[in-house]
Amino acid sequence: MMSDIAKLETELMSAVASAKDEAALEAVRVSALGKSGSVSALLKTLGSMTPDERKAQGPAINGLKERITAAIGTAKEALGMAALDARLASETVDVTLPTRESPAEIGRVHPISQVIDELTAIFADMGFAVAEGPDIETDDYNFTKLNFPEGHPAREMHDTFYFPQKSDGSRLLLRTHTSPVQVRTMLTQKPPIRVIIPGRTYRSDSDQTHPPMFHQVEGLVIDKTSHMGHLKWILEEFCKAFFEVDNVKMRFRPSFFPFTEPSLEVDIQCKRDKGEVRFGEGEDWLEILGCGMVHPNVLRNCGLDPDEYQGFAWGLGIDRIAMLKYGMPDLRAFFEADVRWLSHYGFRPLDFPTLAGGLST
Amino acid sequence: MKFTLSWLKEHLDTDATLAAITDKLTMIGLEVEKVEDKGKALAPYVIAKVVEAKQHPNADRLRVCMVDTGDGQPVQVVCGAPNARTGMTGVFVPPGAFIPGKGITLQVGTIRGVESRGMLVSEFELQISDDHDGIIDLPADAPVGKPYAQYAGLDDPVIEINLTPNRPDCTGVNGIARDLAAADVGAYKENTPKAVKGQFPCPVSVKFDFGQTPSLCPAFGLRLVKGVKNGPAPEWLQKRLKAIGLRPINALVDITNLITYDRGRPLHVFDAKKVKGNLVVRRAQNGEQVLALDGKTYTLDAAMCVIADDNGVESLSGIMGGEASGCDAGTTDVLIESALWDPLNIAQTGRKLGINSDARYRFERGVDPNFMLPGLELATQMVLDLCGGTPSEVTVAGKAEAPEKIIDFPTSELKRLAGLDLPLTEMRRVLVKLGFFVAGQDKRVKVASPSWRPDIEGKADIVEEIVRIVGVDRIPSTPFDRGDAPRKPVLTTAQVRTRKSKRALASRGMVEAVTWSFISKPHAELFGGGKPELALANPIAAELSDMRPSLIPGLVAAAQKNADRGFPDTVLFEVGQIFRGDKPEDQLIAASGVRRGLAKAWGVGRHWSRKITDVDAYDVKGDALTVLAAAGAPAQALQVVPGGPAWLHPGRSGTIQIGPQNVLGYFGELHPRALEGLDAEGPLTAFEVILERIPEGKAKPTRAKPPLELSAFQPVTRDFAFVVDRAVKAGDIMRTAQAVDRKLIAGVSVFDVYEGQGIEAGKKSVAIAVTIQPREKTMTDQEIDTLASKIVAEVSKRTGGVLRA
Repeated sequence: MMSDIAKLETELMSAVASAKDEAALEAVRVSALGKSGSVSALLKTLGSMTPDERKAQGPAINGLKERITAAIGTAKEALGMAALDARLASETVDVTLPTRESPAEIGRVHPISQVIDELTAIFADMGFAVAEGPDIETDDYNFTKLNFPEGHPAREMHDTFYFPQKSDGSRLLLRTHTSPVQVRTMLTQKPPIRVIIPGRTYRSDSDQTHPPMFHQVEGLVIDKTSHMGHLKWILEEFCKAFFEVDNVKMRFRPSFFPFTEPSLEVDIQCKRDKGEVRFGEGEDWLEILGCGMVHPNVLRNCGLDPDEYQGFAWGLGIDRIAMLKYGMPDLRAFFEADVRWLSHYGFRPLDFPTLAGGLST
Repeated sequence: MKFTLSWLKEHLDTDATLAAITDKLTMIGLEVEKVEDKGKALAPYVIAKVVEAKQHPNADRLRVCMVDTGDGQPVQVVCGAPNARTGMTGVFVPPGAFIPGKGITLQVGTIRGVESRGMLVSEFELQISDDHDGIIDLPADAPVGKPYAQYAGLDDPVIEINLTPNRPDCTGVNGIARDLAAADVGAYKENTPKAVKGQFPCPVSVKFDFGQTPSLCPAFGLRLVKGVKNGPAPEWLQKRLKAIGLRPINALVDITNLITYDRGRPLHVFDAKKVKGNLVVRRAQNGEQVLALDGKTYTLDAAMCVIADDNGVESLSGIMGGEASGCDAGTTDVLIESALWDPLNIAQTGRKLGINSDARYRFERGVDPNFMLPGLELATQMVLDLCGGTPSEVTVAGKAEAPEKIIDFPTSELKRLAGLDLPLTEMRRVLVKLGFFVAGQDKRVKVASPSWRPDIEGKADIVEEIVRIVGVDRIPSTPFDRGDAPRKPVLTTAQVRTRKSKRALASRGMVEAVTWSFISKPHAELFGGGKPELALANPIAAELSDMRPSLIPGLVAAAQKNADRGFPDTVLFEVGQIFRGDKPEDQLIAASGVRRGLAKAWGVGRHWSRKITDVDAYDVKGDALTVLAAAGAPAQALQVVPGGPAWLHPGRSGTIQIGPQNVLGYFGELHPRALEGLDAEGPLTAFEVILERIPEGKAKPTRAKPPLELSAFQPVTRDFAFVVDRAVKAGDIMRTAQAVDRKLIAGVSVFDVYEGQGIEAGKKSVAIAVTIQPREKTMTDQEIDTLASKIVAEVSKRTGGVLRA
């Protein structure tokens, strides 16, 4: 009897081991443990045994059942894994196929927009708001209120685009600078006033380096105490922040603008090297902006008493400081919408300039 | 304004170097634009003698010269100039020197087998004239070995300043000297001209005839000098004029030009024999003509001022003299004019006639009235000195007198405006040196401005004078307190919308362009623009003539240009101003974009992962809705209705609105005729959204978001496919389904639209997925079925759709 069990176990283990797939293994299971399987048949014999026989045979037969069951289980798991491996091996993709670039990676914001955002970040931190005004202006706001007397040669410094004369003799124009917004601000806001004014401006003296349209930003401070010392400080702080350098040497030269008195032009020291301009080093001077104390006539024209109120204004070219900072060689290219230029000099949409994270990093 | 260093030194006693002077000029507001120092540039060029000139052994046209450069050791030079000869004196330059006319640095060379160790140069090679027929041929007594520039008087540096329009006094060298002296660069040499006694009354009188119109001539001085001998001016005078780029004419004319630059006092000289009768200063008659000294004939009008005699117009007052009465070599009697003119009128006349003369330049800025007569005396003296003759007495019409300007100046004003503390003594020193009078010792002084400073109006000008002369450097940089204003956002709604729109569109892979604010009239008209009040009166080009009514024409043109360059699949956007009228409120901010070729919203160009399709209305619909969402438009309130403006394809375009009264924007394929009008090729789609049309959101008391409501019950999704007429809008089906139960139906989406086999012609199948969100309890199958039946019934009723089998 015992030798029969051992023999059966050898046979069954051999069958389990040679089962090639889950179906064959199932067949072995059924032949051994199924209703009429060989092991099941042995188990059934236990019932007709004497207690002593049962005591001797029982463990042997049950042991056989357990060992066969375990062997089948192990074999099944192995076969299952092999089958999965085989399936996965047949399921491949070509991971070298290129995916689409993320839209946020290829989209671009124009350098002018980026620089306006940079200016806004710097000046908002100093307590300035952003003021804007229309491109189509009156002669009064663009010139007369800003102390450009009718026919004065200073008006000729601005080559102006005009609209047709109206029946009342007046004619509108395209603003030649953002300064009419200073007038609009002073006429509508009570001091203290602290604004920057970015916007489009137009001049009809167009050539290769002067497009008929460009962008300016102005600053205006009106209160009862601000003077040229503050103006110097603000411009120094601005240049350091904007050009992202620790030090910048500036030169303030007396100059003339009809709407400021005293008037200054400001140069910054730089080093020019193969088309690149570096600030905070070198021996060259580069003119970057004009500024001055708001002219008493302008204050008066805007309803402010120049003996009570005072303040200063400055203005500079957005396109120009963008070129200086980011190295574009040609201003006209700003307005040509060449996608090669825009993709190269433009900014990624998520590169939002902040003072905390760095304006350009 | 141009002058030479030696000229300046006639008015300024100084030992300062050229660099010190030019630096100071810039720092006191007389910005130096250019310094031309020929003495420095031509330093290596020396006078040399050709000891021997032999025929070159291998070239007919060349000579081999032995040149003595002053050290007694002749240098061998091969020279091709026809005038090179033994014994001549010329100008030699050794190897290593730069040759301005050739733009090269000279090397030791071997020419046809003979070594050449330098060069004999022409005036052209030195860039001092156009003469390149031969080498410079100097008189035999020219000192060998001496620098040529020094010998030829070319070593006087020429300084050019970029003069601001407020400083007429510095249109004369003496004014510049006065400024420098105030800034402690030497001492100003007082040089008031002495009066010349007239020998007889001036035979020609001057009359003003302005009738009832305002006078354009405050004063006019005239004097005759009889028996002059006119001819070329002396060498020194010619040289001085040439150095600053003026052409010497003859002594009489050159004298006036010299005084124009020396004192900022323009003068005119008439040949008295060519003047008929007396002079009348009047307005021109409309259509009257004059041949001016520049050889051009100008047609005048009544707004212009002229000097006339019995022959007619003889001179364009204060701008340019007339040819007919001009002085020439034959002139024996000369009338010298020194007058004052209305600056505004001079500027207007000069601009209208397109004449930029040295006289206009000064008169429109405002010359010193008090120097009218001294200027005439100075000119007379020079005429007598250079041309001889007998002077008449001076005849004067009108009165030359500067208005007295006295400014009440609190000394605290300097601190108030400039932030600079200076003692009164220092302020006074600067002002007095500039020619101001300062009266008083107290905290308030009286300051009178000199007659040559019409730009001084008030206290701020006085502050500027002090600051500019003591140096802006002395103003301490003062930290600017941002004040106690709270740190709150500073941007307006429109500004926030603009910047968010830009970033949102760029995040969709679009590239921001900045295009011209003006476009061509035909393009403007295609987009509803082209109104006469928005057309520039003086456009610089026909394609930049009208203010843009839309950003699309500029963007389409830009996309086409990119396509022409080989980039057909372009996606551009712009956020900027458009113009519906000429009032400020007619200027709106549009956010617009175009997609061309294969520039799909999900990727640009061909790609293995998707079927290739052209851009369509849905790409730009997505763009438009993205901008609106980014700019804060209420998504729930937006309606999309078919059709759009005439420049869009009528069947492939849509309008986004909040009710028919508030249209926010459009999107779709461009109309073929619009494409044709813009000279562009499709496929091209576009959108335009007006940011101002988005309603302002309500201000909220706190920043907290509304509480999140999470249902305890699982949502159920039911799919329905309806067969409807092709014209039925999916939006209507969705809205109808949604309206069946606004509480339970949490969402409706379209997951399939099908036309073709299995669907009757003229119909389509629209499949929607309806998400049902039980609110209070789990819904039974029966409850869900009831709701589903209601959806089917409602959709059938509203759209005629039947559930697809």
